[in-house]
Amino acid sequence: MPVIQIDGQEYEVEAGQNVLQAALSLGLDLPYFCWHPAMGSIGACRQCAVVQYLNADDDRGRIVMGCMTPVADGAIFSLEGDKARGFRESIVEALMLNHPHDCPVCAEGGECHLQDMTVMVGHRDRHYRGKKNTHRNQYLGPLINHEMNRCITCYRCTRFYRDYAGGTDLAAMAAHDHIYFGRHEEGVLQSEFAGNLVEVCPTGVFTDKTLVKEYTRKWDLQSAPSVCTGCAVGCNTMPGERYGKLKRVHNRFNAEVNGYFLCDRGRFGAGFVNSDKNLEFPGLRLTDGRFDALDHHAALMRMTTACHSGKVAGIGSPRASVESNYLLRLLVGAKNFAPGFSDAEQPLVELAFSLQQNSPALTPDIQTIESADAVLVLGEDLTNTAPRIALALRQSVRNKAYEMAAELRLQSWQDAAIRNLAQTMRSPLFIATTANTRLDDITEDRVSLSPDNIASLGFAIASLIAGEPVDEIDQALLRRAEVIATALRGAQRPLVLSGTSCGSAVVMQAAAQISQALCKADNRSMLSLVVPEANSLGQAMLTGATAPTLSALSKRAAAKEFDTLIVVENDLYRRGPKEIVDALLANIPNVIVIDSMDNPTLSASSLALPAASFAESEGTLVSMEGRAQRHFPVFVPAHERRSSWVWLLACMKELEIEEVSNLHHFDDVTRACASQIVALSGITGAAPDHHFRNVGVKVPRQTHRYSGRTAMHANISVHEPKQPTDEESPLAFSMEGLNRSQPGSLLPYVWAPGWNSNQSLNKFQSEVGAPLKGGTAGARLLLPTAGSVNRGMHKSNFTSAKLQSGQWIMVPRYRIFGSEELSAKAPAIAELVDSGFVEINNVCAQSLGVIEGDGVELQRADPQVQSDMLKAPVATLQVRINDTLAEGCVGYSAGLSGTEDIIVGEPLALQKAQGWQRPSPQIIGTDGGSNV
Amino acid sequence: MTMRQNLIAVLSEGEIAEIDAELAHVPIPAGAAIDALKIVQAHRGWISDESLKAIAQHLGMSAAELDGIATFYTLIFRRPVGEKVILLCNSVTCWMKGCDSLQQNISDQLGIGMGETTADNAYTLLPMTCLGACDKAPVLMIGDDLHEDVDPQSVAQLFQPGAEEQ
Ligand code: SF4
Ligand code: SF4
Ligand code: FES
Ligand code: FES
Repeated sequence: MPVIQIDGQEYEVEAGQNVLQAALSLGLDLPYFCWHPAMGSIGACRQCAVVQYLNADDDRGRIVMGCMTPVADGAIFSLEGDKARGFRESIVEALMLNHPHDCPVCAEGGECHLQDMTVMVGHRDRHYRGKKNTHRNQYLGPLINHEMNRCITCYRCTRFYRDYAGGTDLAAMAAHDHIYFGRHEEGVLQSEFAGNLVEVCPTGVFTDKTLVKEYTRKWDLQSAPSVCTGCAVGCNTMPGERYGKLKRVHNRFNAEVNGYFLCDRGRFGAGFVNSDKNLEFPGLRLTDGRFDALDHHAALMRMTTACHSGKVAGIGSPRASVESNYLLRLLVGAKNFAPGFSDAEQPLVELAFSLQQNSPALTPDIQTIESADAVLVLGEDLTNTAPRIALALRQSVRNKAYEMAAELRLQSWQDAAIRNLAQTMRSPLFIATTANTRLDDITEDRVSLSPDNIASLGFAIASLIAGEPVDEIDQALLRRAEVIATALRGAQRPLVLSGTSCGSAVVMQAAAQISQALCKADNRSMLSLVVPEANSLGQAMLTGATAPTLSALSKRAAAKEFDTLIVVENDLYRRGPKEIVDALLANIPNVIVIDSMDNPTLSASSLALPAASFAESEGTLVSMEGRAQRHFPVFVPAHERRSSWVWLLACMKELEIEEVSNLHHFDDVTRACASQIVALSGITGAAPDHHFRNVGVKVPRQTHRYSGRTAMHANISVHEPKQPTDEESPLAFSMEGLNRSQPGSLLPYVWAPGWNSNQSLNKFQSEVGAPLKGGTAGARLLLPTAGSVNRGMHKSNFTSAKLQSGQWIMVPRYRIFGSEELSAKAPAIAELVDSGFVEINNVCAQSLGVIEGDGVELQRADPQVQSDMLKAPVATLQVRINDTLAEGCVGYSAGLSGTEDIIVGEPLALQKAQGWQRPSPQIIGTDGGSNV
Repeated sequence: MTMRQNLIAVLSEGEIAEIDAELAHVPIPAGAAIDALKIVQAHRGWISDESLKAIAQHLGMSAAELDGIATFYTLIFRRPVGEKVILLCNSVTCWMKGCDSLQQNISDQLGIGMGETTADNAYTLLPMTCLGACDKAPVLMIGDDLHEDVDPQSVAQLFQPGAEEQ
């Protein structure tokens, strides 16, 4: 390791770093703006200036930019010398010439990197007496606020938005003192990762609009380590609360998972926690169909009585914690417990689990995905099903650029140089999906195929890699397969990505076979399978492959096998056709639903119990890579809301169920689950238990300058109430304790002296950009199985369903905003959710005689009832023309209203809807018309 | 060819042909962005939002990316200009040699300030940082013609009817 001298002291530093990285990693305070640990250096802001001396005799030195200067053995620098300090001070003054100094009304204030750096360089007095520029701000959609006057032209925003995340609608306009960062014209920012601008921009130009609406300063937020429930990726988050409301979600750094960035579903989708549709009290349904409020004790007694007969069925949920699901399964018995998937999804998730469990290939985390040098995606529209992974693939295709840079001995942080060098050269990414994706711009080849044909392509690739004869397939497809097989075979770290979202088991099997063939051929191969929800994989691990499906339970309910059904955090009407769910609920006398927000299932219950949301409860979730992660309550649930596991445990105690007699705490439930369920045995490692103390004290949820605790309740009483105690976790609802160097799973917020902004993260990392000092959060439950490499290849012995004419295969088209149940109810996201639609290609449109905006009816062609002219359509939806849809496929907006009864992969007949009301254009103004 | 037909509504065949000729010389279409802007400006005098979007589409860029380039260069006009643009140098040498009073002179004569266009749409007055003729300062350009060693008297003649023909 090179040794450098800084201000007379010698330090050992990491080779290949720049001086800024090295200084920050050493814990020295060197101001900076434009450098970002995930985006490298461009030397734009000149804030990180240091003095470099040629040798020991050089007493003048010269100013260099820390972020652009590589460390070298024997190099001599000064950070503290007058010349360096003076220069840095003048830079802040210059950058702020046009800055409006409006910190008191700025949403960044109190966590502003510009404030921190200004104080750090010691700049106090302004000398500029001229007029300041004033910019016109833009409307950028419901998520992000724009206040251009605060810009210091560091270029971080466009570097993130364009270079890192592939967005095309944000750019730097004009030049020198009238430079402007914005859109070509006002409008919603199109990138699914735009929300990261809030954290990337070091000033208050881009701020969180949902926070700005009901604002709280960072120091007044109560925060806890949490996990995003938006999809199965399991990004780590730090939600903040004030006055019993979730105010905002910030990224919680996890080197292996989300790194520095979240998607907008994750950042803005947690707003559902504040919904006015939340349940606050238990409700008992009266004969007139209305609900009467109960207190929690009375509710518990009702629940216990209903469970006495022992004829109880339970439906868990892939969006509920492992602990809640485990207890419910224990209460009702494994054979009466359905994990809460749809019939179509259940075997797919189970398959995703078993394929990964038995695969010789590595199940990669996101950091490892970024290292892939050739990627094949089968059937997933990642930006809409596992958004953070799409962002990771944008980095993986840059590995080619890094290779080219290495040949020229360019350091990997020389961002501008490397981008210029590589231009459009990329590592190969191939995507085979049912229609276009948001990653198409960086693919070497993207092809639209029906799910069965995606599988055929996959099996052909596997055979080619394994050197085995290829099944009969289309010549064009074969040529594609050859190109892809060659690219994967030639890669050092090939990755195959697939998942449940196109509803096809064979697609996933094909993916698994490719990665297995690669392993056999000695490539270090990776296999990653996307599952739908935050704890989908945990459910498969909990139940194994033998759990009853929804319709199996429904059949048994019809045979009057059950007196009581308990549904935990699941809206069954999103899981199956209405008739089946209606019948299930009608055939069981007591339907107890535990959920946080009103939904159709809850409304159909006989007893409704209010569940605490993820932000008010503790729970373990297993992400798609098999990482068990813990979320902690950010705040105490109001009124009678309780965590689902609390309701269930209390009921089981009342029932005197032997297995729970020793369970008192959340941690006891986790431990019991770990000891009973082999696949979940590692979950206790997700986070330390409630006995953990950080150097003898708890970890505080409130910052050391949390203010107004008395004032908050002064309208009720001027006595400050006692802070709630937390018996269940190592965190405290208090300012007292130590937020430093604890395990990464217990990081509630970042702050360090002099570093109020999120950049204080540097102080929590072992070195800048590297894992947290306390270790990376989460416990991996899926480890590669070395033994099975030599298993024989399976032939692609599936027969694709033959379509009758006039029928199309229904393929889901997911939307980052809308397809996921809860985030779609966050007010800001709701503004971006479309109403349900079908996507059809031109051939289909012509054969149906429809154009964009028309309506179509989707009909199940059931031979027995075909003559029945009165049969209601499965759905009637608006048409969108998308000519990239694969032949024979029709896309439907999965999860959006009106599509609930469509079953993935089923063939449906389409016909033009008569009397369809075309949506009229949004009329702004008051000249009549239906939308006014 | 539907895409091409869509474009013609905004860009003429001639413009497209000229842009395509530039495209033949660059490895990445975006590399011809400045040339494409100059071509369309030569035909239309300025770059409207519609032109910008059409050029961006033709080059496979986003409007924001191309606007970033268009607005970076002071000689790409994103607002309409008069038939002739007066570029008055106000950099150091010309400033020392009295460009400020020249500007006053022009403004008085044409009734427009910096950045403005005459009511008859004949002239737009813009500042320019060094026209590269410092030895003949103060200088200005009217359209494509450079005028050197300008003084208040000669400037008066520049805008007389028929001045161009001289
Ligand atoms: S808007 Fe923010 S991130 Fe972008 S250049 Fe200005 S200060 Fe930097
Ligand atoms: S990728 Fe998934 S887990 Fe990550 S922030 Fe987005 S929705 Fe949440
Ligand atoms: S951080 Fe080094 S120049 Fe901006
Ligand atoms: S300063 Fe006017 S031409 Fe150079």
